[in-house]
Amino acid sequence: MAVDMNMNILIVDDYKTMLRIIENLLKQLGFKTVAQATDGSMALRMMRENHYGLVISDWNMEPMTGLQLLKEVRADEKLKGTPFIMVTAESKIENVAAAKEAGVNNYIVKPFNAETLKQKISAVLGAF
Amino acid sequence: MDHAERINALESNLHQKLSQASKESKNPLSSDEVTKIVKDVISSLTGDITASDLRFYAELEDLANYIFHAKQEIAEIKPKEISSDHIPHATDELDAVVGATEDATNKIMDVCDTISELAGQCPPEIGDQLVACTTHIFEACNFQDITGQRITKVVQTLKYIDTKIAALLKALGEEVHRDGDEGGSAVDYEKSLLNGPQLPQNAINQDEIDKLLSGM
Repeated sequence: MAVDMNMNILIVDDYKTMLRIIENLLKQLGFKTVAQATDGSMALRMMRENHYGLVISDWNMEPMTGLQLLKEVRADEKLKGTPFIMVTAESKIENVAAAKEAGVNNYIVKPFNAETLKQKISAVLGAF
Repeated sequence: MDHAERINALESNLHQKLSQASKESKNPLSSDEVTKIVKDVISSLTGDITASDLRFYAELEDLANYIFHAKQEIAEIKPKEISSDHIPHATDELDAVVGATEDATNKIMDVCDTISELAGQCPPEIGDQLVACTTHIFEACNFQDITGQRITKVVQTLKYIDTKIAALLKALGEEVHRDGDEGGSAVDYEKSLLNGPQLPQNAINQDEIDKLLSGM
């Protein structure tokens, strides 16, 4: 299945520098439309107003963490099917287990590179 | 009264007098006050003093001396200064590190964006290489986020230590506060000028330095 490179992608991180890095890497990969949110609650509001084909979210944010966002998304009838990748410095086994239990599609540990990002997106959306 | 009863009575008397004195002073007792109470209890004893009693009194006196010296040593490391000065200063410095690395990272990425735009004007084989280079730079900029998170952890640890020092100061009472405030050793003037990079709000810029120098 070909990936739609025009799909809306939402990236969520409280570090503006990180948002810029991820957006740049996504654009290098060929994705054209990237929106940004600085915490889970802002992301959730945006997701209820617009359709996003993929969410790439940090974990450690306030007031709503990435894990809470993921749980809210999976509990929402309209949003629950949205592909969700966690990009985080939280690299303990219990973190990965908690994210998996909450329904994450893939998990990237910071620091990461463009190739890793491409591989994980491919694993979630299909080759591109 | 047998030996054990005498020791128990002595302990009970000492405990009672210490409690009474603490209630009356409303502050933790100083080591001098504790020593005086111990001496009063000992001097109030009647009858023969056994070898065991003497050992007990000696232990008590050692204990009082130990507490006195421990308080002196704690006062010498100036715990109040650590709490009021050093820890806030350290956390400010660490915040400045985060701010400075964030600024630098953004400037690096600005340059990368410019290079990427220029790459579009180059022959494809050169342009592609330039874009690949800027991608590697963006990847490397990940460090800023990780650094920020690690420094935040250090700041949280410093704040935890700060609360523990505050609790220690409260438990040890005014004696340590007072001693900590006093006794500032003479600081070598030239050494005091070596403070390293200043926080942005404390620093002066090159123009201000030039003005100062030209006015001298």
